[in-house]
Amino acid sequence: MSPTLLAYNLLSEALLAGVPFRAMAAIEILGLEKTYMVGFWRKRPKRALEPLHLTVEEGEIFGFLGPNGAGKTTTLKMLMGLVFPTAGTARLLGRAWTDPEVKAQIGFLPEQPYFYDYLTAQELLDYYGQLSGVSGQDRKRRIDEVLAHVGLTDSKDLQLRKFSKGMLQRVGIAQAILHHPRLVFLDEPMSGLDPLGRREVRDLIEQLKQEGTTVFFSTHILSDAEALCDRVAIIHKGQLCGVGEIEQLTSSVQGKVEVIWQGTQVPASMKALGAECHVSGDTVRAVLAANQQDAAIDALRREHIRLVAITPLRTSLEAYFVEKLQYSQTAAGTTVGTSAGAKV
Amino acid sequence: MSARIVHIARNTFREAVRDRVLYNLIAFALLLSGAAIFVSQISIEIERLVVVNLGLTAVSLFGVVIAIFIGIGLVSKEIDKRTLYTVLSRPVRRWEFIIGKFFGLAGTLVVNTFFMAIGVFGALLYVAHKFSKPDALILVALYFIILEFLIICSLALLFSSFSSPLLSAMFAFSLFVIGSFADDLRGFARLTHGFTRWFATGAAYLVPNFSTLNVISPVAHQQPLGAQLILQNSLYALFYTAMALSGAVLIFERRNLK
Repeated sequence: MSPTLLAYNLLSEALLAGVPFRAMAAIEILGLEKTYMVGFWRKRPKRALEPLHLTVEEGEIFGFLGPNGAGKTTTLKMLMGLVFPTAGTARLLGRAWTDPEVKAQIGFLPEQPYFYDYLTAQELLDYYGQLSGVSGQDRKRRIDEVLAHVGLTDSKDLQLRKFSKGMLQRVGIAQAILHHPRLVFLDEPMSGLDPLGRREVRDLIEQLKQEGTTVFFSTHILSDAEALCDRVAIIHKGQLCGVGEIEQLTSSVQGKVEVIWQGTQVPASMKALGAECHVSGDTVRAVLAANQQDAAIDALRREHIRLVAITPLRTSLEAYFVEKLQYSQTAAGTTVGTSAGAKV
Repeated sequence: MSARIVHIARNTFREAVRDRVLYNLIAFALLLSGAAIFVSQISIEIERLVVVNLGLTAVSLFGVVIAIFIGIGLVSKEIDKRTLYTVLSRPVRRWEFIIGKFFGLAGTLVVNTFFMAIGVFGALLYVAHKFSKPDALILVALYFIILEFLIICSLALLFSSFSSPLLSAMFAFSLFVIGSFADDLRGFARLTHGFTRWFATGAAYLVPNFSTLNVISPVAHQQPLGAQLILQNSLYALFYTAMALSGAVLIFERRNLK
């Protein structure tokens, strides 16, 4: 297809879909929601996901964070076409998420993956390569590459029933990237891995980003998200609580600095500046307003105290996460209270 | 046929082979060779009749058991073990998955029947010392048995697409038993009146008519089978299989994979 024709098709598709045209996002979730009917007669609705709006740009590593049961896996399953949404729609790589052809450019690692255990790792990857439409010669080369990548070359002829949990996770990652996807969804990719394995997966995700692949991964391990993600979204009880760049989310503290000096002495002048001081071993850690930073340095100099470090204080992702979850719970409590009040 | 259907079918066949499903052939071979030796020693003039009857009945029963017990797990096992997730997240349509699974199981049964057929003809040669022209009818009986397997596979898949393996096995086995008496059920419907007749006739035509596919007795007695019966049974089996598979696809297309 010529570039002009392609551009025309994209533009007309955007106009027909009634959405404003802009540079293509890798993932556009437009109000996806899911309600399961539960109970013996399937009459009782249970909301698994509130209407979700989210955009992930191409080339991003995007973390989808939330505690267990928050709705992360439900969202991923809907995007993969495994679960049907109650309402809403989504676009992946500029096309409808239900389009089977778009899936040729997508890789997916489910949570705690389980594979056909009567196959060897090589046979499994060969089968998945066939289903993804990878041609014979390419398939053989790619299988060797990805097996080497996840450190399973020596086990490629072993049946998967003999694999450990960590090895299965590696096979899962291998199958997700086998066909050179432009977009990879990883559901709890570090689960079941030892520290070394986790490090390798982190490296792999970073390498995918360098190759231009968009990575969308769900996790409840915040250190992984903090180390890897360009942006994160936090979801709790099916509701989106916050989205943003990690820098943005964690720099929202309050304009404070942390001053550390050697010794156990806390000068009175520091207390006068309003510093909160904590002695720990042979160092003192003080937190004070950023505009008092110069005055604090002067005070320490006057006392001939050796300054160790001054750093702007940032919220950790964990603190932000906990704050968002607590806010979400409070809001839910308020809503319940309000509606109960309305009934009365 | 879509290449993806072929890959899914081939993987289903491989699963059956690696799960040692074809080991049933050993039991079949032992049964048939034992029976042939036993029959050749005790019966006079009816060795052929006994071997053909016993052999074809065993082919049918072994196949039905395999079709039901593998067929009921074809979809539900993949959902329970979540192996389906990494298949359907690829450019594989749900209907391709169902059809691929069907052909994989049908292929397993055809290969199984092929080896059993060799066993039947071997036993026949052992007791009769030579083949005669009416023995070719055994091939027609085997063809009808394969048609029977196609229907059972499709029904097992249909039940597997919405029900648990245990319930699916019960449904499929019940339909096999009822379907084996379909001619009697139709005869009974003709004897009734009013609502009962309407209901019995509906049920008689809804269940698969396995009795028309069972020609073991006429073949054992070397009675001829008309070309019309072969055509009629072929069309009937293909139609019934297509209907059951369509039902399985329709249900599976709408199913949430939790």
